[in-house]
Amino acid sequence: MSPGLLDRIPYARFMGFQVERDAEGPVCVLPFKEAIVGNARLPAVHGGVIGSFLEMTALLALFEQGDGARLPKPINFATDYLRSAGPADTRGRAQIVKLGRRIANVRVLAWQDDPSRPVAAGIGNFLL
Amino acid sequence: MLRAVSESYALEPLFGEGRSEFIQWVPHCQELGMVCVRVGPRRATLRVPYRPELVGDPGRGIVFGGVITTLLDQAGGVATLCSLSELVTIATIDLRIDYLRAAEPGLDLFGMAECYKRTRSVGFVRGKAWDRDPEDPFAHCIATFMLGSTPAPHPLQQLVEERGA
Repeated sequence: MSPGLLDRIPYARFMGFQVERDAEGPVCVLPFKEAIVGNARLPAVHGGVIGSFLEMTALLALFEQGDGARLPKPINFATDYLRSAGPADTRGRAQIVKLGRRIANVRVLAWQDDPSRPVAAGIGNFLL
Repeated sequence: MLRAVSESYALEPLFGEGRSEFIQWVPHCQELGMVCVRVGPRRATLRVPYRPELVGDPGRGIVFGGVITTLLDQAGGVATLCSLSELVTIATIDLRIDYLRAAEPGLDLFGMAECYKRTRSVGFVRGKAWDRDPEDPFAHCIATFMLGSTPAPHPLQQLVEERGA
């Protein structure tokens, strides 16, 4: 991943998105903070923030695949909410299903403590 | 043909323009500076003021798509709450956004959602987002919400009881 790409995206800085790496590649991190809560009683991270995080995770994976000249543009993005995301850090990993000449299709899974218990799944198409 | 709807809405005492009650208990909406434009039966319109911090494409100054997801998720949730005859907690099941064009840099984002069908367990929602003209939206969305996601009373319940009393 291009070092500092997240630093260059104001919204990623605003939200505190980070990137880690493991043997399988980049993992995006959404650190928990009060400001991302949607339901203060549970508490649970706002669904919109989870969708946003999945989309950013997909975008970064695509950016790493490309020549880095420009950011891909989202055409559409769909999020399935599988579990309530509690007051903990959320991690996300993208899988590029198809990288075409003009369009890419990307899947993303997000989890908190246990990758086998995802909190959300996303899929989107991007214009390259 | 439209069917006549004779239904009572639990949140009717809060329907109207500029009702901050609908989002003031949501920390992330406060963080975004989200404003409630108007709510009514099965319908809600919200606004996110443009801020440089929300930009996702710094080269073009365009707000990140995920901000639109948040706006429409929140509008869809409020629209679903405004379809209920008895207030319960809700949770998003799924949400899909089509990005029709880029939002214009510097302009506030408006999001409107309508709960066009409600069953005992699920609210079905469609929505759109625009900057200048509701008839020229930059995004469309469809979403579903689960009704009664937790047994706890909804945070708005107390307010409604106060208003209704």
